[in-house]
Amino acid sequence: MRHVIIGAGPAGVTAAETLRGADPAGSVTLIEGEGEIPYARMAIPYLLAGKIQETGLRIRPREDHYARLGIDVVHGRVRAVDPAASSVTLEDGRILAYDRLLVATGSRPSLQRIPGIDLPGVHTCWTLADARDLLRKAPPGTRVVQMGAGFVGCIIMQGLVSLRVDLTILVRSGRMVSRMMNPASSAMIRSWCESRGVKIRVETLPESISQEDGHLGVHLPGGEVLPADLYLCLVGVKPAVGFLEGTGVEVGSGIRVDARMATSVPGIFAAGDVAESVDVVTGERSVNAIQPNAVEQGRIAALGMAGRQAASRGTLPFNVLDTLGLKSSSFGAWQGLPGGDSVEVSDPERYRYLKLEFLGDRLVGANAVGRTDHLGALRGLIEGKVRLGPWKERLRRNPALLMEAYLACALKA
Amino acid sequence: MQKSLKMDPNKCTGCLQCEMACAYEHHHTFTISRSRIKVFGFEDEGRKVPYTCTQCDEAWCLHACPVEAIVLDPATGAKKVLEDLCVGCKVCTIACPFGTVNYVAATGKVQKCDLCDGGEPACAGACPTGAITYVDADWTGLDRMRRWAGRTDNNPAAV
Amino acid sequence: MTWTRKILRVNLTAGTCQAEPLNLEWARQYLGQRGLATKYLVEETDPKVLPLAEGNKLIFATGPLTGTSASTGGRYAVVTKGPLTGAIACSNSGGYFGAEMKFAGYDMIIFEGRSEKPVYLLLENDEARLLDAAHLWGRTCWETEELIKHAHQDPQLRVASIGRAGENGVLFAGIVNDLHRAAGRSGVGAVMGSKNLKAVAIRGTRTDAYAPADPEGFFKAVAAAKAVLAGNGVTGQGLPAYGTQVLMNVINEVGALPTRNHKEIQFEGAHAISGEAMKQPRDSDGKPNLVTNNACFGCTIACGRISKMDKGHFAVKDKPQYHGASGGVEYEAAWALGAACGVSDLEALTYANFLCNEDGFDPITLGTTIGAAMELYELGLIKKEEVGFGLEWGSAEALVKLAEMTAQGVGFGKVIGLGSRVLCTSYGRPDLSMSVKGQEFPAYDGRGLQGMALEYATSNRGACHVRGYMVSPEVLGIPLKMDPGATEGKAPMLKAFQDLTAVVDSAGICLFTTFAWGGPDIQSMIQPALGGDWSLERLMLLGERVWNLERAYNLAAGLTGKDDTLPPRLLNEPAKTGPMKGKVAELGKMLPEYYQVRGWTPDGVPTPETVARLGL
Repeated sequence: MRHVIIGAGPAGVTAAETLRGADPAGSVTLIEGEGEIPYARMAIPYLLAGKIQETGLRIRPREDHYARLGIDVVHGRVRAVDPAASSVTLEDGRILAYDRLLVATGSRPSLQRIPGIDLPGVHTCWTLADARDLLRKAPPGTRVVQMGAGFVGCIIMQGLVSLRVDLTILVRSGRMVSRMMNPASSAMIRSWCESRGVKIRVETLPESISQEDGHLGVHLPGGEVLPADLYLCLVGVKPAVGFLEGTGVEVGSGIRVDARMATSVPGIFAAGDVAESVDVVTGERSVNAIQPNAVEQGRIAALGMAGRQAASRGTLPFNVLDTLGLKSSSFGAWQGLPGGDSVEVSDPERYRYLKLEFLGDRLVGANAVGRTDHLGALRGLIEGKVRLGPWKERLRRNPALLMEAYLACALKA
Repeated sequence: MQKSLKMDPNKCTGCLQCEMACAYEHHHTFTISRSRIKVFGFEDEGRKVPYTCTQCDEAWCLHACPVEAIVLDPATGAKKVLEDLCVGCKVCTIACPFGTVNYVAATGKVQKCDLCDGGEPACAGACPTGAITYVDADWTGLDRMRRWAGRTDNNPAAV
Repeated sequence: MTWTRKILRVNLTAGTCQAEPLNLEWARQYLGQRGLATKYLVEETDPKVLPLAEGNKLIFATGPLTGTSASTGGRYAVVTKGPLTGAIACSNSGGYFGAEMKFAGYDMIIFEGRSEKPVYLLLENDEARLLDAAHLWGRTCWETEELIKHAHQDPQLRVASIGRAGENGVLFAGIVNDLHRAAGRSGVGAVMGSKNLKAVAIRGTRTDAYAPADPEGFFKAVAAAKAVLAGNGVTGQGLPAYGTQVLMNVINEVGALPTRNHKEIQFEGAHAISGEAMKQPRDSDGKPNLVTNNACFGCTIACGRISKMDKGHFAVKDKPQYHGASGGVEYEAAWALGAACGVSDLEALTYANFLCNEDGFDPITLGTTIGAAMELYELGLIKKEEVGFGLEWGSAEALVKLAEMTAQGVGFGKVIGLGSRVLCTSYGRPDLSMSVKGQEFPAYDGRGLQGMALEYATSNRGACHVRGYMVSPEVLGIPLKMDPGATEGKAPMLKAFQDLTAVVDSAGICLFTTFAWGGPDIQSMIQPALGGDWSLERLMLLGERVWNLERAYNLAAGLTGKDDTLPPRLLNEPAKTGPMKGKVAELGKMLPEYYQVRGWTPDGVPTPETVARLGL
């Protein structure tokens, strides 16, 4: 059996490794699109911050890891997939035949459609190459205007602050990380960042970018022009599915997959940030872009490709963020569910916040700021759909007792 | 046969000698906030519950790591954090459904129980009441936890 | 060395918190905790200061072994001038609070002045802040701890607080930490209340604040000492199983269990309120009073009692908040709330003890003061109308109501809250206050245990059992058996106990270890912990120095040798029953010898030679 995997992020690498075990006789080809040794995109901020070298980004530290496992790493970008011919065509014209195909291409950054977006001083920061570029072009004191303060925007911000650039962040919506944190905790994050010297302007969307004498001008509605050396466009990402056009692979907010990670086209699977799967809490379909989900889906997809029985019982959105030292996290339905109730405790002065969302006597979601101990128990309680019984009332009185609640309810300790 | 930590709340008095032993073993400090084993108090019941990683087979933390900084120690079965590789992204801390991987702000890395790299773990050695013992894995009362872990993986609707 | 070498000075008048280096020279002379805090108090305050005045200071102090793996190394002391006695007050407590102070990087916190408004101290490593406590004022210790943990979203915060008793000026108010551990005696909580300081909340995560000088030697000594505790019948078996309550039946049989305000010396209800009884299933609900034993920080003995009340008991049947597990009665509390009042209802004692923990006041003084009130009632001096109900001997209802009224600071509870000396004096019978220097006796009768009579008379903080526990030689035969009825040899033995106890306290460990540990065991840990030369001789001299410093403070405060006495009842009324029948406390035979072995004048003043020898 010939297994071809497009994308060498966590989902693709995990799938390749899993296939080596599940189908030892088959061939495994991993298509890597950036000319790099497979690396973890999410570690880029630590590279920017100087905490690690490029080798520290590798998904598997050993350079010969793939060769040792008999995984054939092909560098190249995919132009098209032909389900009828069971083949993949790369941009350089190479054609790879497959029996089973996994699409694990993750996401691509979105770009604003405004005048000047193609100017040389305008960047994004998504790939390792982008990061190298940024490190070269942003010495201390560089005036950087960053558009976007979602999750990616925030982790890149962390790196930029380490580079000691003069940073201004523009936020289209009223708040930072609006897809991860609720308004109260988001406000806390903003206040923290501002107190550490980051200029943040909410409800601000530039109309155009100009260039004069090598310097940029970021034109805001109302006529204000922000001077900048670099404009960093981090307005979000979208699943990288362009090459699937015409294949019949059904795409919603991501590639639609079933519990086995199979797409609507036989023989083609998808996993990771590119896939749209079922949220274990809400039952709704969504893209859950986080490493553990990518790994889990990569594993399940690979088992399916090898003809084994494996199924996902849904995915739980959760994430953790570090904004200039302030840690925040979100779990499940942090916005709450209809008919549910919640408890919130907030200490803005000390940047500590916790909100728990319940449905009946089960925890369905949470947002936390300034807290890092035993956070995983929130996943355990939510994903395990653990009945809290009398502990719900105790948590309502003191939400910080979540670990105690977990021990008492999930483990019956 | 590999061994694992057996924690028996019924024997725990809450003296925290285990926490001190762990903190000292790994960080040369008595400050128990550095301990990887924690004793939780249930005041209303008068119960103290020692708790740490059970080195679950699912190894959520290991799989959650983007840079393979958590590895299996084949000798002990422990899932160990390689501090040199850990970038401090904290994804493992939210991925472990048992809440037993924690971020340490002072080091910028995560930490979890590593079974003290072989021999008797310091916590078990320090426990004065036998509430924490290091025993053959089959003998431990961890099945419930394992079952629960399995439930998360395969059948979340069942309770 | 296991000092953090840093103290925090909190000026409540100015609202400032300032860290400063520990005076290491004093630390080498006074070790820590009790001894060192006393040194600071002596140096920094006027001994004549009124205890509840702004000029008094309140010192929370750890010892060098606090926050280490030395067994029981979790203790802290609160040192101040006591409002119950006008003498030095030093109450120590276990739980987790003391170790947390060390983790945060402090040997000591000195509170001075008085805050205009109620405040609490939030201390997280280098960050110390006084925060508004208006919303906590009027709350119990239990509510305060929960509210503070809730407000800061941190269940790991360790909180020491006063309840309503401390706010209301109950002269025997204590400071409660970790829900049911307390710096309980001598009214240190009243001083805290007078300063408008509601609570101290600490979270310590520093890893570099202190360490043993010789880690290898320290851990070896600690392990050996733990083995001694585990192998000893008292610390390895008796205390974990029964707590200090293991003593109730023993002391009753010896004939030294003061009963009904010391009118008698044996209690017919002793068994019903004993450690054994706590483990028996109740007739009412088939469950035992005792749920489990608990340990304080680092303690490998675990004598703490955790009890659950009978939900149908009259005291709590409409109060579900008391139906959960909480701190059960220790021996002293069971005796004071029980035998001293003639009450043999274990559940009522447990409830009164819960209230003492909940609102922060000393169950020993509470029980003995209620016992005194019952005698005044028997004599017709206290009238039913004043109280609102009868104070018959043995009335569990009266005990429960008075405990509630004292906690709340209402009605006759306000009178009880001033202790037995004020109570008995105000009814014209000061002789009926079973106290020394204004502090009430604990649970051993000086007529039955002559050495304890001498200990009570000479204790620097008023009647007290934990300054020189002569019960050890007189009843338990530790380190050697002494005849409890004899006076010979008691003075030098008491001096040795008092000095060693001062070392134990100052080190930051628990006195109960000395059921098993002798001086060499303790020295074996202190030496590698601190480094340098810490011989047993040096330590015993240090203990003597601490004792004499406390004495000197009391003398400067206005006390004299005349205060080293006992109530006339113990000196004149012979024991009525038991092995000690016919005995009185023969203080006159022992006190002069005691002064002599202490190197004091016949008036009880340290001689210039003694002062010089101790380097005071």
